Amino acid sequence: MMDRIVAELDFHKAALALREQRQAVLASNIANADTPHYKARDLDFAATLERVTADAGLAGPGRVTLQLTSARHIPGQAQRPVGVDDPLFRIPFQPSLDGNTVEMDVERVEFADNTLRSQTELQVLSQRLKTLLGAIQS
Amino acid sequence: MSSFSIFQIAGSALTAQSQRMNVAASNIANADSVVQPDGQPYRARLPVFQVQPQAGSVGVGGVRVAQVLESTAPARMQYEPGNPLADADGYVAMPNVDPVAEMVNMISAARSYQANVEVINTSKALMARTLSLGQ
Repeated sequence: MMDRIVAELDFHKAALALREQRQAVLASNIANADTPHYKARDLDFAATLERVTADAGLAGPGRVTLQLTSARHIPGQAQRPVGVDDPLFRIPFQPSLDGNTVEMDVERVEFADNTLRSQTELQVLSQRLKTLLGAIQS
Repeated sequence: MSSFSIFQIAGSALTAQSQRMNVAASNIANADSVVQPDGQPYRARLPVFQVQPQAGSVGVGGVRVAQVLESTAPARMQYEPGNPLADADGYVAMPNVDPVAEMVNMISAARSYQANVEVINTSKALMARTLSLGQ
C-alpha cells in the first residue's frame, strides 16, 4: 500500500528536482551575464525527465529491456548512469565580442517560465497530497 | 546538489556586481586625482569577472572578481603651464579615467544586480511554497 503512495509521488518528486536543477542553471547564467567567455547553458527538460523517470523504473517511453524467450532467461535492463545529463549549451542569437553567450532577455523569460512551471508542479503535488490525506482521514 | 545553491550563485553575483560598482565609484571619484601616494596619476581600475564552479554540479557556477587590473590606457595630457606638476612642455598627466564609460559600467552593474535580486526573491518564494506542500 505504502509503495503505491510513494510511486504516485515519485514522478512529481523527479519533476520538481529537475525543475530546481534547471532553476540553478538559469540562475548561474544570469549571475554570469558579465563574465567574459562564459557560455550560457540549459537543460533539455523533457528529455532529461524522460530519462530520469525511465532510470527510476517509473512509467515512461524508451525503457530498454531484454526480450525473454524462455522462462529460464534472466531478465535484464540496460543500465544508464543515474542522474542528470550535463546541461547543453545555448545557441546565442546575438553573440557578443567578449565570448559571452548569455542573453539577458532570453534567460529572464526562461527563468520566469521555469518558475511558473515549478509553481504549477507544486500546486498539483499539493492537491495530490491533500487528496491522499483526505482518503486517509475519512 | 544542495537546494540552496541558487542562493549561493545569485549571492556571489551580488557580491561581484557590488564590487564592480565600487571600482566604478572609485574611478569616477578619482577622475581628477593627479597624484597617487606613489606620485603617479591615478589609473582606472578594471575588475575581472571569472566563473566560480560549484562543487558537485556540472556547468553551474557563481561568479567572482578574480583580480582588479589597472588600465594601461595613456594618461590624459592637459595643458596647464602654470601647474607645478607640469612637464617641460607645460602638460600635466591626468588620470586615464573615462567618466562616460564608468557611468555606463555603473548602470550595467546596477541592472545585473537587480536581475540577481529578482532571482533570489523568486527562488525564495518557490522554496516557501515547497515548504508549505500539502497544507
